[in-house]
Amino acid sequence: MKVGLDEVEHVSRLARIRLKEQEISKFSKELSSILEYMELLDELETRDVSPTVHTLSITNALRADSNRPSVSQKEALLNAPSESNGMFSVPKVIE
Amino acid sequence: MLDIARRYRRDALSPVDHVRNAIQRAHDDELNVFITIDDEGALLSAEKAQERIRNREENPLLGIPIGVKDNICTKGLRTTCASNMLSNFVPPYDAFVVEMLKKNGAVILGKTNMDEFAMGSTTATSNIGPSRNPWDTEKTPGGSSGGSAAAVAAGLCAVALGSDTGGSIRQPASFCGVTGLKPTYGSVSRFGLVAFASSLDQIGPIARTALDVAVLYDAIKGYDPKDSTSVNMDYRPIALDELDVKGLRIGVPPVFFGEGLDPEVEKAVREGVSVFKELGADIVEVELPHIRYGVAVYYIVATAEASSNLARYDGVRYGWRDKESKDLFEMYVNSRSKGFNDEVKRRIMLGTYVLSAGYYDQYYEKASRVRTLIIYDFREAFKACDIIMGPTTPTPPFGIYDMLDDPLSLYLLDIYTVPANLAGLPALSIPCGFTSSGLPVGMQLMAPAFREDLLLGAGMTFQAHTRFHEERP
Amino acid sequence: MDYDVVIGLEVHIQLLTDTKIFCGCSTRFGDAPNTNVCPVCLGMPGVLPVLNEKVVDFGIKLGLATNSTISEKNIFARKNYFYPDLPKGYQITQYDYPLCQKGFLDIDVDGRTKRIGITRIHMEEDAGKLIHDERQDFSYVDFNRSGVPLLEIVSEPDMSSTSDAVAYLKELRQLVMYLGICDGNMEQGSFRCDANISVKPKGASDYGIRTELKNMNSFRNVQNALEYEISRHVNLLEEGKQVEQETRLWDANAGLTRTMRTKEESHDYRYFPEPDLIPLVVDAAWVERIRKTLPELPREKRYRFVKDYGIPMYDAEVLTQQRDIADYFEACLKFIDAPKDVSNWIMTEVLRVLKEESIDIAEFNITPKMLSDMITLIKKGVISGKIAKGVFEDMHRTGKDPSLIVKEKGLLQIMDEGVLKDKAKAILDAHPKEVKSYKDGKKQLLGFFIGQLMKETKGRANPKLANKVIKGLLEG
Repeated sequence: MKVGLDEVEHVSRLARIRLKEQEISKFSKELSSILEYMELLDELETRDVSPTVHTLSITNALRADSNRPSVSQKEALLNAPSESNGMFSVPKVIE
Repeated sequence: MLDIARRYRRDALSPVDHVRNAIQRAHDDELNVFITIDDEGALLSAEKAQERIRNREENPLLGIPIGVKDNICTKGLRTTCASNMLSNFVPPYDAFVVEMLKKNGAVILGKTNMDEFAMGSTTATSNIGPSRNPWDTEKTPGGSSGGSAAAVAAGLCAVALGSDTGGSIRQPASFCGVTGLKPTYGSVSRFGLVAFASSLDQIGPIARTALDVAVLYDAIKGYDPKDSTSVNMDYRPIALDELDVKGLRIGVPPVFFGEGLDPEVEKAVREGVSVFKELGADIVEVELPHIRYGVAVYYIVATAEASSNLARYDGVRYGWRDKESKDLFEMYVNSRSKGFNDEVKRRIMLGTYVLSAGYYDQYYEKASRVRTLIIYDFREAFKACDIIMGPTTPTPPFGIYDMLDDPLSLYLLDIYTVPANLAGLPALSIPCGFTSSGLPVGMQLMAPAFREDLLLGAGMTFQAHTRFHEERP
Repeated sequence: MDYDVVIGLEVHIQLLTDTKIFCGCSTRFGDAPNTNVCPVCLGMPGVLPVLNEKVVDFGIKLGLATNSTISEKNIFARKNYFYPDLPKGYQITQYDYPLCQKGFLDIDVDGRTKRIGITRIHMEEDAGKLIHDERQDFSYVDFNRSGVPLLEIVSEPDMSSTSDAVAYLKELRQLVMYLGICDGNMEQGSFRCDANISVKPKGASDYGIRTELKNMNSFRNVQNALEYEISRHVNLLEEGKQVEQETRLWDANAGLTRTMRTKEESHDYRYFPEPDLIPLVVDAAWVERIRKTLPELPREKRYRFVKDYGIPMYDAEVLTQQRDIADYFEACLKFIDAPKDVSNWIMTEVLRVLKEESIDIAEFNITPKMLSDMITLIKKGVISGKIAKGVFEDMHRTGKDPSLIVKEKGLLQIMDEGVLKDKAKAILDAHPKEVKSYKDGKKQLLGFFIGQLMKETKGRANPKLANKVIKGLLEG
């Protein structure tokens, strides 16, 4: 299997996704077959080709250092699952 | 849409009545095309539009009911991306295109169904369940803008907005027998579009005719300083006229007619191409040697960008949070695991993998280089032709739940549509026939960057000489 | 065994722009939580970043001031990780194509000049602020700081001692303040420092394992933390143990470094080019525009003061601590050619007042002309140095010109020997016992008599003359 169970667990951890037992093996199979398909790209010689990040040829999208209105504290917290004293609260972060 | 606009102006129809009617039909709809119907907002907009029409304002979008895909932010109106993660998210701002719609007096009827976070080709991954194809309710309307395409096909709204990352406007348009445009990357602002793959996403119009698509496209395109990838140039309105196709060079790539293409689809598309030939266009064969790598490139680049774009859904500032979690790590994994469906998780995992240490060069970097080769292919091809034509998708609409357990086979069906996203080029899907079982078939037209005029003009020409777009389910 | 120390420093500075790097929210510090935020810096669905051009201006400025090469092609990248203060789940930063490279900063340590290389300077965004509540099981997030522009300055591992490191930091901090791009406030977090440190046996060719140190928010803490860490490394090596490659936090209270609780996963940031931002091209014209705005840099100024004004380096260092104080000094010299005197007055009296009243020199009501005029009065002998101190206080209190104060209070120095002699005679006559003691050998009583004369003349007697007269009368 191209992507083993350990690797699936590692990747899911990086992505903050928890998978159940069966899901891990299912994902392992699926990701493996997909990545095997991706090997198609190895057929191509690309050493002299530069990567494309943008299909546009424009550069320098800049804005002036001037103030635009912010939202109110209330609006900022409108969709907050949990808040307190104007701040978003989260379960304790252990440093 | 233009018909309705005409009737409004002549006072043969009132926007408020028409919208009220549309709201009712939306509620009665059994195709499951709407996630949210905005009764109140729509009526209010209709009243305002009515006022503007009464004041002799001439704007084709005034009072027109429009469906907006639910990954486009609408201020004060729930925007869910068909995901449990955002089922109660109310954006505090409008997307640029929504601002344009409102400015032009369009009436947002509601938010249309889609695949969760735009990842899919069927709408079956939606958290409210799949939409149904109006032509055959056992069949998929396509995805991820399936709700928008079905809504237009079923006449629930005159026009709709969708988004296209790898074919998500064109494929559903093809499956639902309507016209859909993926604009040139950078011509329609992405500000307010919930990002899937930043270098590929574009918002685009879906309507029954190329004419309506052109009008809607004109309304939403343009430079937006809030989007750094928005192109600041002179945007001319699309000529609302048939294109004279005499001498037009139409490129037909053999790779678009190779293995895996359904014979009925092939037949309809080839007949579509010959319509142009009969009107005087020259058909030339063009090569696109790297297109066959398109799906692999797409699923590496798109999932990589998506894995990063979806990291913000962590339950901290908005969205669903697992309140039972006792510590931060648990909160992250539980919220995300319960908030996202399998397809989304799959793509996030794939994207995370191809970016991770040790794999970046082999996958992401490599795919980005092959992407350049695909761009060169088009550059070469467009030296020999003006428009490239082919099928939009290899198969007719399939069963709603087909292939969901075989993701790779679904991915492979994107073969004709992903190249336009990878190269940032405009692409249009227009209805060009039906299968023997009465299911719509669409053909795809592609042009060089910012040449939507060629696509839409050719589309209008085609629709002046055929009646496929006039059929109703 | 002797050990070589290798230190590299990573400094993050918050820029003094009005707005954040990717949105138009204010960068103001100290406002109520989550009031300088918008959908962009909150990382809401559908939002996009747009680069603030002033951030680039400031980056170029620092690059030029550190002799760096300014990159023409600039690309932003995403650094992906999960943390509650990171709204998008990634930080927009620069990875492969940073704004500046291969610069340096010259520092003076132990009387020698040392050149510290600066590997790179790049632009990135700050995260929000996480506040912990000790009593509860919750932490709180304020996103006002999210999106504030930062420049990250990475040094070469060219420092070989704690004093090198502290000197480098001080020089860099002063530089960014001079350039007006950062306020250098370490306590508030606008100037932050992390260190990479390793030791190796003296003369060994291979570098030792290095550890990263965080949480040093003052020069003192940097010094103490580095010293502690150096000995920790040395002790481990002496015991034949290995140094573990890790990140450690300085605990100022306990006086030691501790391992940061290991994150659950290794740091795989999965950097890739930011697709929402197009490339930034910084052309020669832009660089020139910024070059024209460069002020004289602190080090240049220090050396120039010593050379042009003949003042000691110590004075030059104090005077050039802040650009506006150096400017004040030079403004005084437009009215009087007495650099050392002006320097003394500024170093002792002026700085004292500024500190006591917590004001900037811009708010100080004694103008360079007023101070210079006062010093001129001293040099002309119109008032004595001691009286001048009082005049100085009065100038500050009332804002009046020194000559006016001298006039109003009748503070003219007494230079008339005859007058002083008369007064001195009267004093000697009034203290016969002391006169006899003096003549018997108690020479220190001279001070007593001078003191009396000073008292009698309300301090206006010229000290030298007073001395001469009293001595003359006693000896004569």
